[in-house]
Amino acid sequence: MSAVPINVDDRPQIGRGFRLQWEPAQSAHVLLYPEGLIKLNASAGEIMKRCSGEATIAEITADLEAAFATTGLSDDVIRFVSMAVDKRWLVIPR
Amino acid sequence: MTAPVTATAPSPQPGPPLWLLLELTYRCPLHCAFCYNPTNFSSIGPELDTADWIRVLREARALGAVQLGLSGGEPLVRADLTEIVAEAHALGFYTNLITSGIGLDEARIVALKAAGLDHIQLSFQDSTRTMNDFLSSTRTFDLKSKVAALIKKYEYPMVLNVVLHRLNIDHVGEILAMAERLGAEYVELANTQYYGWAFHNRAQLMPSRAQVERAEETTRAFRAAVGQRMKIYFVVPDYFEDRPKACMNGMGSIFLTVAPDGMALPCHAARMLPGIEFPNVRETDVGRIWFESPAFNLYRGDAWMKEPCRSCPEKGRDFGGCRCQAYLLTGDAANADPVCGRSPHHGLVTAAVAAASAAAAQSPLVFRTPRNSSTMPR
Repeated sequence: MSAVPINVDDRPQIGRGFRLQWEPAQSAHVLLYPEGLIKLNASAGEIMKRCSGEATIAEITADLEAAFATTGLSDDVIRFVSMAVDKRWLVIPR
Repeated sequence: MTAPVTATAPSPQPGPPLWLLLELTYRCPLHCAFCYNPTNFSSIGPELDTADWIRVLREARALGAVQLGLSGGEPLVRADLTEIVAEAHALGFYTNLITSGIGLDEARIVALKAAGLDHIQLSFQDSTRTMNDFLSSTRTFDLKSKVAALIKKYEYPMVLNVVLHRLNIDHVGEILAMAERLGAEYVELANTQYYGWAFHNRAQLMPSRAQVERAEETTRAFRAAVGQRMKIYFVVPDYFEDRPKACMNGMGSIFLTVAPDGMALPCHAARMLPGIEFPNVRETDVGRIWFESPAFNLYRGDAWMKEPCRSCPEKGRDFGGCRCQAYLLTGDAANADPVCGRSPHHGLVTAAVAAASAAAAQSPLVFRTPRNSSTMPR
């Protein structure tokens, strides 16, 4: 499994066949896909819900840093997006 | 239903029934001898009507159910399928149609897409005879090809499911080549699980160990050649293992099946278990069924377990395997699944495998037809 090269100008969006939604019964974002589901942890949910296909990774990172009053999230976001692209949860239109 | 589902282990307070399977009908244009449906399906009472199914969807969704399987029988037989999908979609379910494709024409797929259907799993099977017939049958191949083309045209991922057994497992190479020609993105090679009609026909359907090993080798080679274009899952038949499957992730932990007559089941094969009064959605709401009914609480946790499960370090991982298989093979659903090498009944499984490897079965296959169903033992 090789890491997918990710650029801060990329605009990730949810992959085809996947759907992200908030499930009150699980108090979590879940990622739904054919015949399966993944319960996301809080930080994965916060990243994924911002992957609209319009925001760049830089913008998503800035938004997260503002929302959680922190800095230095860029590497974490890039690492997560790379993993999620590899699993087809996210795609980056080119 | 072998895709991974992430869920928490069963606890005294069960979580929601994340996975809801609606078996909309037992009617089916096919007569597969490996079907897991009950052998007495023709004597099972009338199907729920549209309003009942919609009520079940609402009640289950309110509990947190989120993955929905629409199955059967052949769900396309139901004229109200689109209406059921539309309601499920509006409620926030991820909707999976599990179908033979028979009855799926362009008008139907357009309507289902518009209703919000998320996913179609298309199964290939030998409708009356062997896969060999199927592979050489132009008529059937054309029908399946048309359905496969529609699935691609309407931008669904192409997910094929093929049930493997003694009569078709040697064709795995041809099956995979066909899947590639159809543009499949995912292929599930699912070895027969022995319930219902398949259990009745077990001696005829069970492959030999050598057949399974050859099929696995062919699959490995094909997978290496095709790379990322097609994901291939080979589900090993559990009779050939010595660790039991974590069936249903433990009964009553995440799966809820509603059968065509409204019977609520903790697994789609559970109807056969004797001495359990399974509740019916016509009389009891889904929440009470899931949390309060004795049938759904019976196999939660591990208090019901006997030895060797009770003191087994793996009981939290495999939950003692499959209750239905334990019942079918040993006569007691609370026994360890005899697939487990630690089960005192494991010899029943190895004997069935050895018999399959030794000689071709003598008796003919019994196909899943209403006529055969009326004369079958339960």
